Amino acid sequence: MNTSQLIDSLQQHFANTIKDVSACCGEVTLEVDKSDLLSVATQLRDTPNFKFEQLIDACGVDYLTYGVSEWSTNNATATGFERGVRREGEKIHNTEWDKPRFAVVYHLLSVSLNQRLRLKVFVEGEPPMVDSVVDIWPAVNWFEREAFDLFGILFKDHPDLRRILTDYGFIGHPFRKDFPLIGNVEMRYDASQKRVIYEPVSIEPRTLVPKVIRHDNRYAQELETPGEANG
Amino acid sequence: MADIQNYTINFGPQHPAAHGVLRLILEMDGEVIERADPHIGLLHRATEKLVENKPFNQSIGYMDRLDYVSMMCNEHAYVLAMEKLLGVTPPIRAQYIRVMFDEITRVLNHLLWLGAHALDVGAMTVFLYCFREREDLLDCYEAVSGARMHATYYRPGGVYRDLPDCMPQYQASRWHNEKATASLNENRQGSLLDFIEDFSNRFPTLVDEYETLLTDNRIWKQRTVDIGIVSPERAKALGFTGAMLRGSGVAWDLRKKQPYAVYDKMDFDIPVGKTGDCYDRYVVRVEEMRQANRIIKQCIAWLRENPGPVMLNNHKIVPPSRVEMKSDMESLIHHFKLFTEGFCIPEGEAYAAVEHPKGEFGIYLVSDGANKPYRLKIRAPGFVHLSALDEMVRGHMLADVVTILSSQDIVFGEVDR
Repeated sequence: MNTSQLIDSLQQHFANTIKDVSACCGEVTLEVDKSDLLSVATQLRDTPNFKFEQLIDACGVDYLTYGVSEWSTNNATATGFERGVRREGEKIHNTEWDKPRFAVVYHLLSVSLNQRLRLKVFVEGEPPMVDSVVDIWPAVNWFEREAFDLFGILFKDHPDLRRILTDYGFIGHPFRKDFPLIGNVEMRYDASQKRVIYEPVSIEPRTLVPKVIRHDNRYAQELETPGEANG
Repeated sequence: MADIQNYTINFGPQHPAAHGVLRLILEMDGEVIERADPHIGLLHRATEKLVENKPFNQSIGYMDRLDYVSMMCNEHAYVLAMEKLLGVTPPIRAQYIRVMFDEITRVLNHLLWLGAHALDVGAMTVFLYCFREREDLLDCYEAVSGARMHATYYRPGGVYRDLPDCMPQYQASRWHNEKATASLNENRQGSLLDFIEDFSNRFPTLVDEYETLLTDNRIWKQRTVDIGIVSPERAKALGFTGAMLRGSGVAWDLRKKQPYAVYDKMDFDIPVGKTGDCYDRYVVRVEEMRQANRIIKQCIAWLRENPGPVMLNNHKIVPPSRVEMKSDMESLIHHFKLFTEGFCIPEGEAYAAVEHPKGEFGIYLVSDGANKPYRLKIRAPGFVHLSALDEMVRGHMLADVVTILSSQDIVFGEVDR
């Protein structure tokens, strides 16, 4: 089944529950409300023309700084490179983000019909909470633990929602955009106390390359043609 | 009579059979496993967060360090995701080179897996045999990229450079005299393609050697047959991919079903198991090595016939050559922009998956139009397989845990990321 057929049958089947369905790069993205997640997921697995019996991936996304760049690209400024690497430098909002901060993205695969689908649910609140789909696809178990660990998204009715990748006793959710790259604590072995101790980080955060958003897709046409070897 | 009660033992994280840094908490009833709780994350480096803080083209090297026994396949997925969003297709020769090195990587990975798996079960010899062949393949990596493991060879828009015309040679030393060196260099006189061809001619006999040691070996069969059985339905529900899924009898291979690069032009078969036990997974992977060898041969034949570019000529994403850079102002500017700021990828999201030696390795890339990924999610096959370990080992003996674990082909670089 190609993408347009899949979109059609999704729109027919979920006429009332779909929030958005789109295709990009040959991939179909279906966005549903978090209250519809369980029913939509069950139907996606069991309906004959979807048959998404495999969950390939599930992950959290934090949209806190989506479309925010650190360097003005439209006009010249008086300051030099340091305007980008300065930590409290300018923040330019290129796109307004009007959806909730967090999203959970599921990648589904149908082995029998050879098709893929991306299922997206936006979750708000602090802590953000969404139903667990572990009863529908057991494979999601560790992915949900990971999303909880790294983003602090809670999954309702998950059988075993523990941290998975970070250290025992870790504080915070490190993949949130407001969690610093260098972390908050560092640890070392203290010879006098004869144990490992945690201290606030001593290194300075730094930006090597500022985040830049440039809208120069005027070269999009040229990208198609392969040219001569180089290097 | 004394009370009999379950007890808990700790396995790893420094155990040699734990394949890196796995800590397993095993709840045992005598010698039978009641429950296994894998504790992972001891090798967590936050690769995804690091990638989000670097320009796109500086993160290819991180991909090598995920699954550090199949480096170029990881790169392939990341590069494919970028190319998907950029809307570019690399030149056909680059795609053939990628396929050839993907298959070389598959052989590399399966050789390490086979050696380690046999070693875990108790057969020492296979390990030595496998490492003998890995040496030749790592030399191919070295010849083409300069690095034996962390190649950073695939780039958005093609591969870093064309295949070299000569192979590096051994030099005489205290341990090898002139005569010994000459025999070591015997198959290194021609180009890299000649060397790989020589290897691919020798390789089927070498696989026979491993099979002589294991396939009909009584002890090997006693240790692997009917251990860790997973039914096809269960394998799909648990999210298995790659050899784990095929071992359970599901004929699913991304190279056939959703071909990328030039896999649709290749002639090869997908081996499928019957019962879904450790032995089937072993047989499937050994056959995959033979099939990979077939693909390598087809690539060599094509690459010999068809010279051509291996990189796009678009200097908005591909850096210009050194010669151009030093003589042309425009090229100098392109070079400067690419190495200070990188390139911006249009806003959007893409998921690119490759048939990695271990299963489906996918990169989910979200771009907000910047020069850095907004979110990068690495879908590692080992992570999903390991999450099913508990279910697979229940009711088995302690020694079988090691067999099942190594039959999953676990590498912690990708599980912990």
